[in-house]
Amino acid sequence: MELLLRDRRAILTFIGPALLVYTLVVLVPIVWSLVYTLFEGNVIAGFQFVGLHNFAILVRDPAFWQAVAFTLKYAFFVTIGQVGVGLLLALLYVFYLRNASGLVRTLIFFPVILPTVAVAQMYSKLFEIAPQLGLVNSLLQAVHLDGWVQPWLGQGGTAFVVLVIMDIWRSMGFYAVLLYAGLIDVPSEMLEAARVDGASGFRLVRSVVLPLMTPILFSSLIFSINGTLKVFDSVLALTNGGPGQATTPLTLLMYNTAFSNGQYGYGSTIAFALAFMCLLVTLVIFRSARRNVA
Amino acid sequence: MKKLLGNAPLAVIVGLLLVVVIYPLVWLLQSSFKTTVEFATQPTWALPKGFAWQNYVQAWNSGMATYFLNSILAVFPSLLLILAISVSAAFALEVMTWRLRNPVLLLFLAGIMVPLQLVLLPLFTIYFQASLIDTRWALIITYTAFGLPLSVFLMAGFFKSVPREVMEAAVLDGASIYKVFYRVALPMVANGLVTIALVQFFFLWNDLLFTLTFISSDSNRTIQTGLLNFTGQYGQVDWGPTFAAISLAVIPTLILYLVLNQQVIKGLASGSLKG
Repeated sequence: MELLLRDRRAILTFIGPALLVYTLVVLVPIVWSLVYTLFEGNVIAGFQFVGLHNFAILVRDPAFWQAVAFTLKYAFFVTIGQVGVGLLLALLYVFYLRNASGLVRTLIFFPVILPTVAVAQMYSKLFEIAPQLGLVNSLLQAVHLDGWVQPWLGQGGTAFVVLVIMDIWRSMGFYAVLLYAGLIDVPSEMLEAARVDGASGFRLVRSVVLPLMTPILFSSLIFSINGTLKVFDSVLALTNGGPGQATTPLTLLMYNTAFSNGQYGYGSTIAFALAFMCLLVTLVIFRSARRNVA
Repeated sequence: MKKLLGNAPLAVIVGLLLVVVIYPLVWLLQSSFKTTVEFATQPTWALPKGFAWQNYVQAWNSGMATYFLNSILAVFPSLLLILAISVSAAFALEVMTWRLRNPVLLLFLAGIMVPLQLVLLPLFTIYFQASLIDTRWALIITYTAFGLPLSVFLMAGFFKSVPREVMEAAVLDGASIYKVFYRVALPMVANGLVTIALVQFFFLWNDLLFTLTFISSDSNRTIQTGLLNFTGQYGQVDWGPTFAAISLAVIPTLILYLVLNQQVIKGLASGSLKG
């Protein structure tokens, strides 16, 4: 048996294709991208070595900093929203709906699997103002809040709000299921013991349930923030970064820099800035998680 | 009685929650059956008077049929490749014994974290030089490679739960390692294969970034870029066909979810937090 499991040729046959494809299509391009940061140009016009020039531009580029600010703002609100609403839902499932929560869980999870483009198109119709009012504006008009009827996606501030609402709507069911799985792992004897000691409701949650859920809360946070820092699909399909540059995250700025302006070098530099940001935020959360647990 | 009263506010919350989640989709579907006249004269929440199937016919004939076919032709070959390549890789990583298997597993895991923007430009360059831009091959290659990290990782987990004794027994019967893989191990992770196929189906069907980057002509667009294009062209004026087009993009995922929701939820949830 042991001999058979150490058969080198068999190992290579099994892992070879995966390793080959993965190396050529994922690993090599990552290194290649790093090299691009030292060049400027594109596949059609050719490339020119510019040294660290791209990084010098980056730190003085207002469009870059605006995109960083937007990305962080978006990631902050959506992460809090996703994990926060997800946690509330999970508590609702476990402590209120109990064994009857299956259907509600399944229904609230549903938007998770819908194509982002379709959801964004649906939202742009929900918040439409012309040529006809969408559902939201119609409802506002129906309850005589005509002053609130507005071009939601045509203004930077409200477009951001719609975007945040949409992405929380899309993903809260997912985080609810994740945290629900963590919650039902909390031993019921511990909850009983706390109840006997007189803890209930909010206090029970705060001082017994949440501490026990810390690990899964932190991994949800890391997962969520890594996703939200890389937001692309929902922005592109809902606002395409507009109005103006008001809702342009780093991913979209990188995309436009590379494919509309043909600046592969600068585009790669922005992509690395984004990767660096993800890594940094993850490390910060990791460290605070360790301190919290210790 | 007291219990009922105490629970009433929560029941209202649950009800509201379901309305917030489900009603936009109901509104989407009901709007897809409305005629232009109804959009102009009726309130937007009114139910459609009849089933204006011509919305669907128009959406289908003005591009959605092509986009659908393109998506199917890109997604399903990729799914087969992902399954074939990742299941054998996971077998080598989890069942077989060799020195570098942990570092290699970590290498695959690292791929889950990489921002896709990092690989977009080199890949575009490669495909451009190889004349693969605007072909479905660019999508199939990319989908396969980026489906691997999560699939290999999940598959390794499924192999972990296969009892060693079963495989040992097969070896004692004189089976080769390939036969052990094919005849013994593979059938035991069949459920895992279904889970991975499901999870990856949603990722690939919903992909926007790669198809936006590598596909340029309208006749090669997949469902997501096609839908963007469709609503860009007709979205302002033809609301009926636009709602029908959005519904068309949603329906395959909807049906899959109706039938297999528990596997989908479990698969997607297990795929996220292990990293």
